[in-house]
Amino acid sequence: MCRIGAIKSLNYVHPSKALLLMQSQQKGHDNSGFAMVMHDLGGIFEAYKHLPTLSLACTDEGVKIAEDMLHAAGFQRVMQWVPETNPLPGLDINAMPNYVFQTYDYPKHYKREEPKAKEDLLLDMRLKLRRALEQDDQGFVYSFWPDVVTLKEIGDPRDIGTYFKLWEPDDKFTAKVITAQCRQNTNYDIVRYAAHPFFMQGYTVLANGENTFYLKNVEQQRKLHRGYIGFESDSQCFLYSLHYVHHELKWPLSYFKHVITPLPFEQIEKREDKEQLLAIRQSLAHLEINGPNTIIGVLPDNTLFTTCDAKKLRPVVVGRSADTVAIASEVCGINEILPDRDWEADIYPNERETVVIDNNLEVQRWKQ
Amino acid sequence: METMRVQDVTPNDLPWKIRYDASRCTLCGSCVAACSFRAIEAKVERRRMVFSEGDFPEPKQRFSAVPVIHQAHSIKNYCRGCGICEKVCPNDAIGPVRNIDTRHPVLTRCLGGDSIKRGGRKNLEAGSRTLDKLRVGRISQMTDPSLDAQRHSFDMLAPFGRIMPPGKLPFAVGDDGKLVTVGQAPPVRWIYPIVIGDMSIGALSWRMWEAVAMAVAYLNEECGLPVRMCSGEGGVPVRLLKSRYLKYMILQIASGHFGWNRIAKTMPHMVEDPAGILIKIGQGAKPGDGGLLMAQKVAEHIQAIRGVPKADLLSPPNHQGLYSIEESVQKMFLSFNAAFKFRVPVAIKVAASATSVSVFNNLVRDPYNIVGGFFLDGIDGGTGAAHEVSLDHTGHPIVSKLRDCYLAATTQGRQGQIPLWAAGGLGKTGDLAADAFKMMCLGANGVFTGKLILQMAGCVGNDNGRCNACNTGLCPVGITTQEPQLVHRLDPEKVAQNIVNYFLAMDTELKKLMAPIGNSSLPIGRADALVSTDRAVADRLQIQYVC
Repeated sequence: MCRIGAIKSLNYVHPSKALLLMQSQQKGHDNSGFAMVMHDLGGIFEAYKHLPTLSLACTDEGVKIAEDMLHAAGFQRVMQWVPETNPLPGLDINAMPNYVFQTYDYPKHYKREEPKAKEDLLLDMRLKLRRALEQDDQGFVYSFWPDVVTLKEIGDPRDIGTYFKLWEPDDKFTAKVITAQCRQNTNYDIVRYAAHPFFMQGYTVLANGENTFYLKNVEQQRKLHRGYIGFESDSQCFLYSLHYVHHELKWPLSYFKHVITPLPFEQIEKREDKEQLLAIRQSLAHLEINGPNTIIGVLPDNTLFTTCDAKKLRPVVVGRSADTVAIASEVCGINEILPDRDWEADIYPNERETVVIDNNLEVQRWKQ
Repeated sequence: METMRVQDVTPNDLPWKIRYDASRCTLCGSCVAACSFRAIEAKVERRRMVFSEGDFPEPKQRFSAVPVIHQAHSIKNYCRGCGICEKVCPNDAIGPVRNIDTRHPVLTRCLGGDSIKRGGRKNLEAGSRTLDKLRVGRISQMTDPSLDAQRHSFDMLAPFGRIMPPGKLPFAVGDDGKLVTVGQAPPVRWIYPIVIGDMSIGALSWRMWEAVAMAVAYLNEECGLPVRMCSGEGGVPVRLLKSRYLKYMILQIASGHFGWNRIAKTMPHMVEDPAGILIKIGQGAKPGDGGLLMAQKVAEHIQAIRGVPKADLLSPPNHQGLYSIEESVQKMFLSFNAAFKFRVPVAIKVAASATSVSVFNNLVRDPYNIVGGFFLDGIDGGTGAAHEVSLDHTGHPIVSKLRDCYLAATTQGRQGQIPLWAAGGLGKTGDLAADAFKMMCLGANGVFTGKLILQMAGCVGNDNGRCNACNTGLCPVGITTQEPQLVHRLDPEKVAQNIVNYFLAMDTELKKLMAPIGNSSLPIGRADALVSTDRAVADRLQIQYVC
């Protein structure tokens, strides 16, 4: 079973905190990987918040292919950060030769474009890079988006931390929102892309569970958007549904819950907004999820939220201090990074709730 | 001139022979009175008896007239194997036995000069069913726990009505961050995923039809199961049309338009909208062969409801003016949509065919969103009367065709926009929950069933040629007849009770199938939950092959 975690803070936080958050939940996962997405970046990326950063794990040839394609498309590199690695003998890590975080300026003719055009450009560029690097396994493009970096690796999370020197806090590589997960996919093949968190156009989702409506979701999502690809994991479906509801249909976040776990018909009947809820249930029936799931998501405006399946079959807890909110599958993770918090104020969300944390760290509990 | 009368019909030429044991028979006459086909009759036979009275053998003979029960030797009044004689015999003295040497198919055509007609279902390949080669093989265990059929709640409803793609919903975000409706969308009703299929008053006896209607009302009002019943093409009693129970009825119109005069005239007096309208284009049991109600079944009340004289009633196999799918169907749909002011969903029923996907594609791509359901009926469906050649040799199995339609919708990203309802031999083995569940996994939103309902009522017919006499108007159990003395054999309350009980049992069984795959809502399109031990079936349906 996966364990998932997220930290959102008023201050910039180093990924070592995320490792700590996940480390204590280690019994619940199989130490087969570490993956994280960082939003709202500090340190060396803070000055480049408006420009897209490419997160790439690849071969030497892969770096060249990616750079050539980006240059050909008119992107100009403004910054590059290659994490220093510590390849000690005996580390359990299945490392790629290169980890590259490059920040680019938009092509000249895009500088005055509307945000929508830029979003589409970044998505299409990422998809193009992914396709190109897929040949001969030259590399993996995890994200290409402003103010976001992604790292995914196969191996023991502790050793991955050591390899990337992530155990040693510094102020160069930080973010205000970090989501993390410590396991490779078990339902399908182990592929780097299959490890959550998943990212698309500013949205990040990670999940603990098993989506038994995977096939239904996939069959529908494939036709909804060109960016809905891969499907290496059943949890990817949650990301695409979130993106579709919030970004494509432009519905408020509260409706995501109504799409994935619609209310039972008899409850809908008693609601004032039954007309809308019934129409949603009808038209988006194939995006409904089933099975045990807990979902953590991040929106493009860095709002963090969590919600779960309709039967509440997977655990999640939200803990907070004055400057930090942490979400984790198990409370031991939160105890690790927020030992002095008021644990009586921890939130154990129920099956009909969405817990939403805004940028002021105000925690809201929305009843479906 | 023949030397022997070899052309005479004898019991060995007929599909069933009567087993009769004169030594057990008390000559009570019950069997003869009960046989609606007049296939047995009382007869006096001349018997010779040899006896001896003296001390020494001194054989004498005596002739006497003995009353016996005798099988009719006629292709008109032949035994259908219904077994009613056996049911009523107090001494187990009589009963039908299947005759494998029957010459009936040849003889009937030779002597009658007309096609063979009968009721029931396809009688070829009766033993082999695709659905029995499928199993629910994806069991939730450790990572995704099974649900508990008793403890958890399940949401088991299916849509009837045209469903808009999400991007076309008439929604806007209001000032309070909530979605508000700013336009109109087609009506959709959420109903129990098993509809009681379209059997008309006329095909059914008034008691049988009333029993089904009673069961449906009870299931809705007392059991909380929103089961809907389709009227069939034959009208609806005015009292029901004017009652609040109309909301449980799907009104059918077919090419004969039988009963619609009354329905149209009653519209101003209706206190509820009907559950829906079903336009019947074709029927799976006899595609290309229209409805057929033999004159012998057109009793006075049928004449009244349908507005017809006593004559053979034929619904033509095609709708007049149906020269292109889009144009003609649109006409029909618009008239019915408009008749009920766009409050009532209108669906279409067609026979499964090699061309079903083209028809479905035409409807699903229609930009006016008029079709609220695609009812697809396979070859194993039942019928009250058809030419045997149609029943046995025309039609298309439902399973792969339903799957084809679902996959066609999926390829276009339009799954669910026109709900798919499947029928045709579902529940044939008596287990409708399993068949319905498997069809849903393959993509059906729901199923409809007719023949099984008759079996709940006591129909003794089967797919091996037993009874199959619905066309004759002589139904021995009072289900498909209008003869008062036969109809009175049926107790409508008992029938309604059987139907209600069956649905309650099936409801539990559906949950028992949903629980192990960990689903609390219906598993529409969850083909990953199915496996097949038959490679060809697995390949054709695009599911996992297992061995």
